[in-house]
Amino acid sequence: MVNGILDYLWLVPALPLLGVVLNGAIALFAERPFLLREAGLPVPGGLGHGDASHGPSAHGTSVPLSGQHGASSAADSHGHGDSHGGHHETPAYRKLVAFLAPAVVGASFVVALLCVLSLASRPADGRTFVQILFPWIQAGSLLVPAALQLDALSSVMALVVTGVGFLIHVYSVGYMSHERAFARYFVCLNLFMFAMLTLVLANNYLLMFVGWEGVGLCSYLLIGFWYEKQSASDAGKKAFVANRIGDFGVLLAMFLVFWTFGSLSFTEVFAKVPLLRESGVLTTGLATAITLLLFLGATGKSAQIPLYVWLPDAMEGPTPVSALIHAATMVTAGVYMVARSSALFLLAPDTMMVVAVIGAVTAIFSATIGICQTDIKRVLAYSTVSQLGYMFLACGVGAFTAAIFHLMTHSFFKALLFLGSGSVIHALSGEQDMRKMGGLKKYVPVTFATMFVATLAITGIPGLSGFFSKDEILWQTFSASHGSPVLWVVAALAAGITAFYMFRLVFLTFFGKSRMDPEVEKHAHESPWTMTVPLSILAILSVAGGWIGIPAVLGGSNLFEHWLAPVFHPVAAAGAHGAAAAGAHGASVPVHHPAALELGLMALSVGIALCGIGLAYFLYRVRTGKPAEIAKAWPTLYDVVYHKYYIDEFYEWAVIRRIVNGSIGLWQMFDALFIDGIVNGVADLVRSAGGRVRRLQGGVVGGYAFSLLAGAVLLVGYILYRSVVQ
Amino acid sequence: MIAPSAYLLLSAILFGIGVVGVVARKNILIILMSVELMLNGVNVAFVAAGSYLGDTAGGVFAFMVMTVAAAEAAVGLALLIALYRLKETIDITELKVLKW
Repeated sequence: MVNGILDYLWLVPALPLLGVVLNGAIALFAERPFLLREAGLPVPGGLGHGDASHGPSAHGTSVPLSGQHGASSAADSHGHGDSHGGHHETPAYRKLVAFLAPAVVGASFVVALLCVLSLASRPADGRTFVQILFPWIQAGSLLVPAALQLDALSSVMALVVTGVGFLIHVYSVGYMSHERAFARYFVCLNLFMFAMLTLVLANNYLLMFVGWEGVGLCSYLLIGFWYEKQSASDAGKKAFVANRIGDFGVLLAMFLVFWTFGSLSFTEVFAKVPLLRESGVLTTGLATAITLLLFLGATGKSAQIPLYVWLPDAMEGPTPVSALIHAATMVTAGVYMVARSSALFLLAPDTMMVVAVIGAVTAIFSATIGICQTDIKRVLAYSTVSQLGYMFLACGVGAFTAAIFHLMTHSFFKALLFLGSGSVIHALSGEQDMRKMGGLKKYVPVTFATMFVATLAITGIPGLSGFFSKDEILWQTFSASHGSPVLWVVAALAAGITAFYMFRLVFLTFFGKSRMDPEVEKHAHESPWTMTVPLSILAILSVAGGWIGIPAVLGGSNLFEHWLAPVFHPVAAAGAHGAAAAGAHGASVPVHHPAALELGLMALSVGIALCGIGLAYFLYRVRTGKPAEIAKAWPTLYDVVYHKYYIDEFYEWAVIRRIVNGSIGLWQMFDALFIDGIVNGVADLVRSAGGRVRRLQGGVVGGYAFSLLAGAVLLVGYILYRSVVQ
Repeated sequence: MIAPSAYLLLSAILFGIGVVGVVARKNILIILMSVELMLNGVNVAFVAAGSYLGDTAGGVFAFMVMTVAAAEAAVGLALLIALYRLKETIDITELKVLKW
């Protein structure tokens, strides 16, 4: 009890786990029999019998199960959002789930907040709290305890995850209210919270990896939530496989870390870095290998080139899932891991360059794809990929604080954008195509207002959260020792494109004349309070979230930078608190740039963003026919961008087909011929030998007596021979 | 005084007759008798060796063998009777159930 509330840190991940257990019990013992009975299927005594989805067609009943898109849902005027389901009386268990699931996450947020406040009351260099829960793995020199760590970095992550997570849980209660598998949804969502909190609070790479895999699993389960839909289950598998490639890198990196440091614990590993560096064990090559492998994992989880392809497809999942997992939290795990391992990354300049270049290229590449997408969620998905690229760009130039800052503000405004798009989809009975929207402003005023705020934030309009974080990244890209003006140009251009496609989205959705289906328009309505309240809170955060990181040049004190300084600049923080504060950007800035330059670049990037907005306004409000003309003028270019540069097709041809063919070859050559050959060959040999030896056993007693005699004679003869020879 | 080799020769002849009887004859009764003959051939060797070496252990072993032989004969004959009741024959070539 010496640490006060911090001793209860374990409650932060444990509470969502409690939610998993309780909601899981409800899902198994209340929801499942209920749904099976409703579908006219027998309720089996055993569990884990999963063919409920095949029931209706097999039995010829017409009860629409959750997520069966298509003919049945078009006729169902109240099929809302992604969740199509017929009307039925609300069973009591749904109310229990609707209370339990957000409550455990909310409680987890409260505990996390109290823990962070307690941590903040400590002196800056004492803000690392490690709680060892129990010894987990003890094998030889490998000692891995299940330990949690709360420091400046993980407290930011924990607060973002639990805070945004809680809002999205509340939103989900409204959004999924027509969903049949209500409890199953919240089980997955709670399990995700548990895994994500394990990831960010873990004290060692292995426990972090458990969380890392856990969020991957939940992502798979939730993308494929409507598994009756082929595209959804395919998207789930795609996400899982793409992540698996990255996880391979993380595993190898962990082996290397253990091999080099003899430990996996963050505190031990990073404490040993200077020592091993001096003794020559930790060479630059080794650091490069470790960090490149870690970054491979990050490209998988955080959807960077070349593994970003799963994220846009992940939009098949329910919209709150897109907001929580595929925008605000899980996809930022890669950024968190890179920032967490910053001590290693700083030793590997080559890796830093790779990270920065991949980040910058991803940022501009996916932004250009976003221009031509027509599905509202897909635009946001590519925008997420692009913003994650920004975060990696920041990591790559050594501005880890800026990356985490942008991670935080991005989780506010991107979650808001997704939830807002979910609200739009909800209002339009499941319509996601922006070409069939327009003029929605008057139908969904709250959604419009909040989404507009988020759009301004992501665009980088001064004063809003996105401005401070994005500008911090741009400035660091230009000025930091690892940065370069070329990267700045790319990033600034990407910011302009971001402004363009985000305002295109807003104009197409909320402004202009309605292009909606009249039938759909009749039912267009604002969402219930469980959805609009989270939207409003996130809107406030999108505005104010950046105020804790106002840079010194604008008269702010950049509290955020000081808060994270002990993690990223331990030497500077321990040496002189004042020194880190005076050098506006901590230890990573060797040369001082004049304030006028910083302000000038700031103005320039805002100007570029405004140009993007202006262009969007011109093309989608003033000359609405122009986009089609442009597409017609450059048909090839439009086609290529519209088809996302044919990357999926390229992967299909260059990788997947190869692997499939190679696997078929291996199966036929190696498995069927070689492995089966060995097994069957041994069996054949034994059988034929047995067939021959069998004849010795004739069953005639005389024969046995004779062989007995022969044996005795031979034995005696041998003994006699031996005695004669000696 | 008869040479010890003569006793051993007798022993070997008796044992050999017994072996041939066990291997070659079909009647189980004869086979049992042949086994007895083999045992008694061994007894002759024991007793002769004991007398020649002046050691009573040879005689003691002969008694051992006799008691075991008596027990064996009793069990063997009982089996023979049981077998005859079951199969109506004591021809050993008819008894092939030991085959797989």
